[in-house]
Amino acid sequence: MVNYRTPHLDRIFSALGDPTRRAILARLEREDSLSVSALAEPFAIKLPAVMKHLDVLSEAGLIHRSKNGRTVTVEISPDPLKEAMGWLRRYDRFWSSSLDRLAKYAESKEAEARRKGR
Amino acid sequence: MTSMTIVRRIAARPAIVFEALSTEEGMTSWWGPADVPVLVAKADLHVGGRFQVRFRTADGLEHVCAGEFLEIVRPERIVMSWQWTVNGAPEEQESISRVELHLRAIDTGTELTLVHAALRDDASARSHEWGWSGALDKLTRKFGEARTA
Repeated sequence: MVNYRTPHLDRIFSALGDPTRRAILARLEREDSLSVSALAEPFAIKLPAVMKHLDVLSEAGLIHRSKNGRTVTVEISPDPLKEAMGWLRRYDRFWSSSLDRLAKYAESKEAEARRKGR
Repeated sequence: MTSMTIVRRIAARPAIVFEALSTEEGMTSWWGPADVPVLVAKADLHVGGRFQVRFRTADGLEHVCAGEFLEIVRPERIVMSWQWTVNGAPEEQESISRVELHLRAIDTGTELTLVHAALRDDASARSHEWGWSGALDKLTRKFGEARTA
C-alpha cells in the first residue's frame, strides 16, 4: 500500500476547498498551459487575488509555474490529485465494503429480535 | 481538510445498529475489506477506552485498526480516533484520523452517516463542504486511474 503523507494531503484538500481555485484547475485541465494574465481574464477578481490563489495551488503541488521572459506560464500537475484520489478511494473501498457487511449483520440481528417478539 | 462521508440506510433499529458498531462480536462480523476475516476485535466502550481490530489480507499483511473512543452517545453517535498500521508500521505517516458514526432513526430503520477525516484541524473539517468531489473526479479522470492503495 502507498503511504499517504497526511499534512501534504491536507494542503491539497484545503486548496481544493475553494471554488475559484477549482475553476482555475478546471480551466488548466482543458487548456493545458496558460499565461497568468490569460488565466485571470474570465474571473471577476483582480490579478493579485488570482496570484494568491495560484500560490495556494502551487504550495499544494497542484500546479506548476514556469517563467519565460516576462510571461509566467501555469500548468496543472497531476500527481497530487492522484494522491488525494488514492486516499479517498482507499477509504471509500474500505468503508463501503465494511458498511455493506455491517448492514447485513444488523439486519439479521433485527430479524432475530423480531422473531423473539422484541 | 481531508475527509469522506458515506450515508447508508439500514433496515434495523438504531439500538441494534449501535450494538453492531460497538461490540466485539459486531465488529468481528463486518470490519474490513470483503472476504477478509477479522482475527481479533477488542472494544472497551467508554470515553477514553480503546478499540483494536486485527485482520490479515490475502497478501499476508497483518492490518491493525486501533484508536480511542472520543464520544459515545447511545444509540446516536460514536466518535473515535483511528490509526491504521500494516505489519506494525503506520499506514499514514504522523497521522491519527477521526471517524464519526451518526445514527438517525428513520421509518425503515436507521440512517447511518460515516465521516472519516484525516486531519488534526477539526474546525476546518467542519467548515468545509464535501462539494468538490465531482470536480476532483473530473480532473483526475484526465490523468487516468488514481494510484490504488
